[in-house]
Amino acid sequence: MIVIGAGPAGAAAAVAASECGLSVLVLDEARAAGGRVYRAPDSWLEPSGGARPAPTEGAKLRAALAGCGAELAFGHCVWHASRLLDGAGDSPRFEVSAIADQRSMRAHSLALIIASGTIERFYPRPGWTLPGVIGLGAASVMLKANGVLPGKRVVVVGPGPLALWTAKLILDAGGSVAAVCDPNPRRAWTRLLPALARHAGPLARGGAWLAQLALAGVPIFYGWDVRAVQGARQVERVILGRVDGEWRPLRGSEEKMIEADALCIGYGLAPATDLYQLLGAALRYEPIRGGWAPVLDRAQRCTTAGLYAAGDSAGVLGAAAAPGTGRIAALSAARDLGRLDDASYRHRIGIAQRALAGVASFGSAMARLAEPRCAAAAWVPDSTIVCRCEDVLAGELRGAIAAGAQEINALKAATRCGMGPCCGRVCGEAAGALLECAGFARERIGQLTARAPLRPVPLSALTGNFDYSDIPFPRAADT
Amino acid sequence: MQADGGATIDFTFDGRRVTARPGQSVAMALWDVGVRALRESPRDAAPRGVFCAIGICQECVVVIDGVRRPACMTLVRPGLNVLPVRTRSMGPDH
Repeated sequence: MIVIGAGPAGAAAAVAASECGLSVLVLDEARAAGGRVYRAPDSWLEPSGGARPAPTEGAKLRAALAGCGAELAFGHCVWHASRLLDGAGDSPRFEVSAIADQRSMRAHSLALIIASGTIERFYPRPGWTLPGVIGLGAASVMLKANGVLPGKRVVVVGPGPLALWTAKLILDAGGSVAAVCDPNPRRAWTRLLPALARHAGPLARGGAWLAQLALAGVPIFYGWDVRAVQGARQVERVILGRVDGEWRPLRGSEEKMIEADALCIGYGLAPATDLYQLLGAALRYEPIRGGWAPVLDRAQRCTTAGLYAAGDSAGVLGAAAAPGTGRIAALSAARDLGRLDDASYRHRIGIAQRALAGVASFGSAMARLAEPRCAAAAWVPDSTIVCRCEDVLAGELRGAIAAGAQEINALKAATRCGMGPCCGRVCGEAAGALLECAGFARERIGQLTARAPLRPVPLSALTGNFDYSDIPFPRAADT
Repeated sequence: MQADGGATIDFTFDGRRVTARPGQSVAMALWDVGVRALRESPRDAAPRGVFCAIGICQECVVVIDGVRRPACMTLVRPGLNVLPVRTRSMGPDH
């Protein structure tokens, strides 16, 4: 079996599959297990210790994974996955290609668990391409893994707990937060309280973050969002303005100008679906699961035989639910490969599903705060860059939609939006939102086609080292 | 944050000497010393820098010893020659 991703879902899947006697290979592009949420700190940070959040969770995960017997391949960035056509009986069904240290490798398996996590959802804003504007995920990597502050005076913007947590990390690291801004009205949070009441632990942690921000004098603006980012060659000011419940700007309302040298911004998480797309698994657009997510049965099976989904890539539920979905995916794979009999499968999966139900309700409540909202992208001026790779403007996309583009791939062909090296991972959501606001259904809009290589791969990594004399030339026919 | 007072690694960015810590990525080492702009965008030649920090967005791509690589996914090594990507060096239709 191959597991792609060594975050909390992939690690749990690898451990459970190894326990079932499967031979497991884990691929992850990071240098250690933990995923984004439990990311291991850089080596130079290790001796200093200090206030890193949840170090025990990450350390426990890394120890369990290291001891489970699975083969672990870190620093391996997967750039292709395909189904093998002759996958009958015991011959492998899947081929996965990864690049490690500028060399490409291939691995084969009977079963494949995808635990590739999420990509962050971004809505373009005037000036958001200025250096110093970074994603919330980027901020957490900087702070947790690298011990680097995003700036001297930082504005943090986003719906839901991720923005609050980022602000807390900045304070922990000794930084200064000029403002936190959540486009949701405060009542969007209070509405969730009944659903959160039975999750005392996370609720208390959230309360502690709010208290820490209040003590540091950090203002939190609910129902506000970024109108523009300004600066000559990097961020110097952030303009905030009021928004309605759909995150649409309230015209003519008050604005605030905040001096800052960094802006951390993100509008929620979406499942990373490129591998499911490559492998032909059915996907469905479900805002509560973070947008496009794989169609699954109750035991994490995709519509492609032998393919399983785990963690947030299977639908955003957060870190607490990730080990549960990972375990269920591994049990299903073990069952389908004949390594678990029916009775013990049903027994074990029942336990795992009941445990998951307990934690999943918290994750879906939080996901509700950060559901995609097309109105948040639709208002930006024509002069705003939507596609950062290709410098494509909102006005050019609107022009192509007016000229007849109704699907996201038609929009891409007409404008180059999503054609750059990020493969549309940064701009795809915004491009889809512009189409949605023009009146098209997400099912019609579709997803940007996933194609290998999923990440830029140097040609030399694929060709390897060979000499001219290694090239087979057919002998010329004697004449 | 806190350094462990251990060894450092020197490399150059656009001819300027940068001191980093072993285990740091090129992107974080540059961010740490205040370098934000790493390249120029293809059409407008506007400054760009680190955005996702995890190898997805490709905004921090620089030329490292002659090869284009995301700075956030490349570890510092002594003597690396790192150059910003400039639009004018890419030709009219790169």
